[in-house]
Amino acid sequence: MAISDAKVAAQRALTKKAARPTGTGTPVPVVGFEEVSKVYDGGHVGLERVSMRIGRGEFVFLVGPTGCGKSTCIRLLMKELEPTSGVVSVAGRDLSKVTQKRLPYLRRNIGVIFQDFKLLPNRTVYANVAYALEVIGESRESIRRKVPDILRLVGLSTKLHNYPDELSGGEQQRVSIARAFVNHPPLLLADEPTGNLDPETSIGIIQLIYRINRTGTTVVVATHDREMVDKMRRRVIELNEGRIIRDQVAGMYQYDESTSEFAVRLRGELGIGPEGHPN
Amino acid sequence: MRVAFFLKEALRSLSRNAAPSLAAVLTVLMTALVLGVFIPIVQATTGTANSIRGKVVVDIYAKDTATLKQLHELRDALATTPNVKKIQFITKDQALASERKKHPDAYALLGSNPLPNLFRVTPKDPDKIDAIVDRLAPVDPAIGKRKPQLAAIDEVRNRRDETDKILSATGLVKLLTAGLTVLLVLTSIALVANTIRLSIFSRRREVEVMKLVGATNWFIRWPFVIEGVLVGLMGGVLAGLCLVIAKATLVDPLADRFALLAASKMIDFRMLIGLLMLSCVAVSAIGSGLTLRRFLRV
Repeated sequence: MAISDAKVAAQRALTKKAARPTGTGTPVPVVGFEEVSKVYDGGHVGLERVSMRIGRGEFVFLVGPTGCGKSTCIRLLMKELEPTSGVVSVAGRDLSKVTQKRLPYLRRNIGVIFQDFKLLPNRTVYANVAYALEVIGESRESIRRKVPDILRLVGLSTKLHNYPDELSGGEQQRVSIARAFVNHPPLLLADEPTGNLDPETSIGIIQLIYRINRTGTTVVVATHDREMVDKMRRRVIELNEGRIIRDQVAGMYQYDESTSEFAVRLRGELGIGPEGHPN
Repeated sequence: MRVAFFLKEALRSLSRNAAPSLAAVLTVLMTALVLGVFIPIVQATTGTANSIRGKVVVDIYAKDTATLKQLHELRDALATTPNVKKIQFITKDQALASERKKHPDAYALLGSNPLPNLFRVTPKDPDKIDAIVDRLAPVDPAIGKRKPQLAAIDEVRNRRDETDKILSATGLVKLLTAGLTVLLVLTSIALVANTIRLSIFSRRREVEVMKLVGATNWFIRWPFVIEGVLVGLMGGVLAGLCLVIAKATLVDPLADRFALLAASKMIDFRMLIGLLMLSCVAVSAIGSGLTLRRFLRV
């Protein structure tokens, strides 16, 4: 079965990293932000003194309104951007110390999924996924074995030889997930993976990402898809104007208030005292 | 395995991007053709100009009364004059014979030989011919005319008007062709570079995705460079074929009749085609590699 195959391979990839002693002290987080600030050219503040640690195997949502810094976080992790100050690290490695020459090797250990899929338009589904393996120098036999496997896993075994523009949005996103996961990276980043998709398709996509997470891969999803976050009940880090305003273990998209808290707020908004009806 | 992979990638992107690839091939073809026609023309014109410049001479007419000793003195004086490349002595009889050949009717009537003995001097540098004349017959300020230094000399002539005309005309031709060549080469390079840039620019998103998947720069670059080589090769071969056909059908039949076309100093045809193909391949391969550099910084 394909999924168990993937599981085994991912665990193998992870045990390499797990060789570090984890018993004493805090284990090395897969993703670490220490007082990270990012100011874009022109003065727009993307992130302001953001610190967070994401451990191995976690499933984290980054939520917040547009422009709050979710995508900045993802792009910092890809080393597409450099932080203005602070340290971004992946698996304990400070990204500012990764040279341009080593950068491709870093990226091979990070799978990325984008809102606009970023598939190669003039390659078939098969070739798109195979490219990720060709890049790391896999042999042709192993490519021929792995690509159909992973495509079956994401449910696209019948569309191997279609071009991306012949697929629906959901199917294209599945291809990009297959490409991101085909060499079982320890870390999977998703930047608005369901931003272009309808709610029903979105559920399928997020379930797929969740299945990948269950193989041991750390997953960070930046999203403003409220329904998805509420349904999953995973760790939620909420950003607003570049700052972390909430970090909750099994959170909802919005701060999770109890019924009585909700009642208090509602009364306050309606101008009603706690005693009851004004008349 | 890697080479085969890169070659396959290059061929695939050539066929998937047929229109821009065709445009690039045609651009290379056109520029190579223009250069291939222009280079021999430039060479033929400068060659002709040079051979005309070689015809600039100073004629020194000897007096009929001059003794053999005086003639020898004159000859020695000429041999020691700077800037002299060749001295040719033409006797009265030789001059008469050659003139008679040119105009048989006119000379048939002549009883005696009116032509003088003649030294014909070819200068090393045609531009400095006046110095020779000045040395042999400086202008006498008293009478405002040239006065020969030696007794044997009757008159020194450098066919001044003709010489000046030839020198200025050939100089202009040389300058013009040099300017045109520089312009043409620059335009060709700009045109090819621009076409390549355009075809790569249309694929910059593709390059970006490759970078995000973790491809190294050279892994992305090689197929583009090979593609450039293939485009250059196709353009170069087509241009070479056109030139060969044009030479065989147009130039060769005419070469017998027109000295200009058969100028001896012209570049060897095979070498010309080889050079053109080499530069086509080099320009398009290096062009692709360099253009890509900008999009690799992701």
